[in-house]
Amino acid sequence: MHKIWLIIKREYLVRVRKKSFIIMTILGPILMAALMIVPTYLAEESQENRIIALNENVNYTLEDSEFIHFTTIPSSEAELLKTDFSESPFYALLYIEGENFTLYSNQQISLSVSKSIERQLEQLIEHEKLKLLGIDLQILEDASTEINITTKIISEDGNTSNSQAEASMGIGFISGILIYMFIFMYGTMVMRGVIEEKTSRIVEVIISSVKPFQLMMGKILGVALVGLTQFVLWILLTIIISTVAELAFLDVNAISTEMSSNDQSVILAQVVELTGGINLLQIFLAFIFYFLAGYLMYSSLFAAVGSAVDAEADTQQFVLPITIPLILSFVLIAPIMENPDGTLAFWMSMIPFTSPVIMMVRLPFGVANWELALSIGILIASFIGTTWLAGRIYRTGILMYGKKASYKEIWKWLKY
Amino acid sequence: MQENLLIVKDVVKQYGDYTALTNANISVPKGSIYGLLGPNGAGKTTLMRIINQITAPDSGEVVFDGEPLQEHHISEIGYMPEERGLYKKMKVGEQALYLAQLKGMSYNEALKKLKFWFEKLDILSWWNKKVEELSKGMAQKIQFIVTVIHEPKLLIFDEPFSGFDPINAAIIRKEILELAEKGTTIIFSTHRMESVEEICDHIALINKSKTILEGTIENIKKQFTANTFEVVISKGELTENDIFTIISKKENTYHIKLKEGKSAKEILESILKDAEIISFKKETPTMEDIFIKAVNNA
Repeated sequence: MHKIWLIIKREYLVRVRKKSFIIMTILGPILMAALMIVPTYLAEESQENRIIALNENVNYTLEDSEFIHFTTIPSSEAELLKTDFSESPFYALLYIEGENFTLYSNQQISLSVSKSIERQLEQLIEHEKLKLLGIDLQILEDASTEINITTKIISEDGNTSNSQAEASMGIGFISGILIYMFIFMYGTMVMRGVIEEKTSRIVEVIISSVKPFQLMMGKILGVALVGLTQFVLWILLTIIISTVAELAFLDVNAISTEMSSNDQSVILAQVVELTGGINLLQIFLAFIFYFLAGYLMYSSLFAAVGSAVDAEADTQQFVLPITIPLILSFVLIAPIMENPDGTLAFWMSMIPFTSPVIMMVRLPFGVANWELALSIGILIASFIGTTWLAGRIYRTGILMYGKKASYKEIWKWLKY
Repeated sequence: MQENLLIVKDVVKQYGDYTALTNANISVPKGSIYGLLGPNGAGKTTLMRIINQITAPDSGEVVFDGEPLQEHHISEIGYMPEERGLYKKMKVGEQALYLAQLKGMSYNEALKKLKFWFEKLDILSWWNKKVEELSKGMAQKIQFIVTVIHEPKLLIFDEPFSGFDPINAAIIRKEILELAEKGTTIIFSTHRMESVEEICDHIALINKSKTILEGTIENIKKQFTANTFEVVISKGELTENDIFTIISKKENTYHIKLKEGKSAKEILESILKDAEIISFKKETPTMEDIFIKAVNNA
């Protein structure tokens, strides 16, 4: 036990001190924060006034919106602008000729601007036509209705809770993708570590001190800790960076701060309301379990592949059958979200190769306890099985040099 | 009779249809320097892996220091494999500490011993270098140190001098002999016969998965001595008689073979009748001759 601990420590420290780990750990949250901040920042920037020129003699009165202002210019000037826009102080020229509407500009006109003008014009013309037909606008306004459907789930004990398909989908999707990403990233990291030990020929030195199985498990567990560390750091850094960045970028004028804090409280309230029906603690615990168990199962297989080859270039033929179920579960995320209680969803969350991703997708929609327990049981049994199997391939594979491994060869190793 | 530190008895190891060892038998006396010889693919590496518990034998037994080989013996054995490497990206000192601790040493003990050895081999300045910055010979020195650091009773070296330049090979040889003097038993696997003769006192020859020769160098040489002599004369000529036969002749140098039941003294007397002798010496086979002969006869 003492030796396996030494191995875990080395595997962990070597990776955590790597420049690439530090860069990824810092860059990851910056990218994530950027994804959150930039759209807000850009949206704010686009609030700068955009003045749109209108040619004279138009019988539509277009209303200024928050960021679009309309101004009328003489026809002669408008005609001039149609051919040469370079000197113009305007964002665009809206040229109306009967039922023809054209926007002229010297730059790409943003979709939101053209859409908003389009909507206004449509409404104006619609109202015009309705007026001609003799319908009072007041009646129209009274007649328009807007409704929201609330769906409720009645659980076995008779409690009702709000069902929130959107939130469920969001949580399921994100946790499914995260598990997929982590298994892939850290599984291949284990494989590369095994290949490194084999090609640098240190492996024989080490296994004269420890059992091959200890070396393999030490590596797998060490890398798992690296994964967890990165995950935790990402979450912490994302929170810190996005808070700091938000303050730095959005605090520029008081109004926007007020707005964004208003927005935030609204969003927060919505989140609380949306997730009210979802057992977040259960999802969190399940996420940790499926992440670890799924990773343990896949990484032991990756370790076996690493031990069977002499160089990373040779891994292709063995990695493919391992990654197919993983990729399959990724592809199935969307259809499973459509029908989280269907037969496909059920079986895919039982088969251990797909269950880590698929069960996380299904869980926010509510899964019967016996299904969850069965899926967990199968996964535990399978990772014990694959680790045992991988250990047998590994202990022979790491000492085989020069021989090109084939499936037949590996099958023989299992029986040594 | 000397006590044996290691006895390998009737060990068999098969990999599928391929037989790596059939009835391998060796007895390594305490304090000896034991040469394990054999052509490539004879099963030497498999035997060494079995002694190091890297692989388990299919049948047969291995006795270490009076008891059947078990896991705790790992800390009593040091092994330097032929295919040896280090983590390239790790610092020398850190890596040596790691490997020493894997052998069961405590951190402080390992640090103290490592400093001692690094100083002894004059490589203390490498402590904070990465292995990839070192030459192959330099890395070999570190491998040597981590092999012997835990002061095991048995040291196993597989081709220890490959990769060393002559100067460093001499340093390492000196260190190995020093360890042997202190009572460490050493098993040595090599193809280089001249180093076997210089260093070893016992040998075993493995060929095609079997032990075909074992014993002290002295006994084995006796066994292979063919009773031939090299005679150089200055005058006259030699003719075969009932005491010896001539194997070859080149100018004044003859190779002659003693006939059954005759002695060297009788040869001398018979030669002196016809010729004047410049030199007369008994030919003893080199280990290389024995190696080739034994392998070809088997």
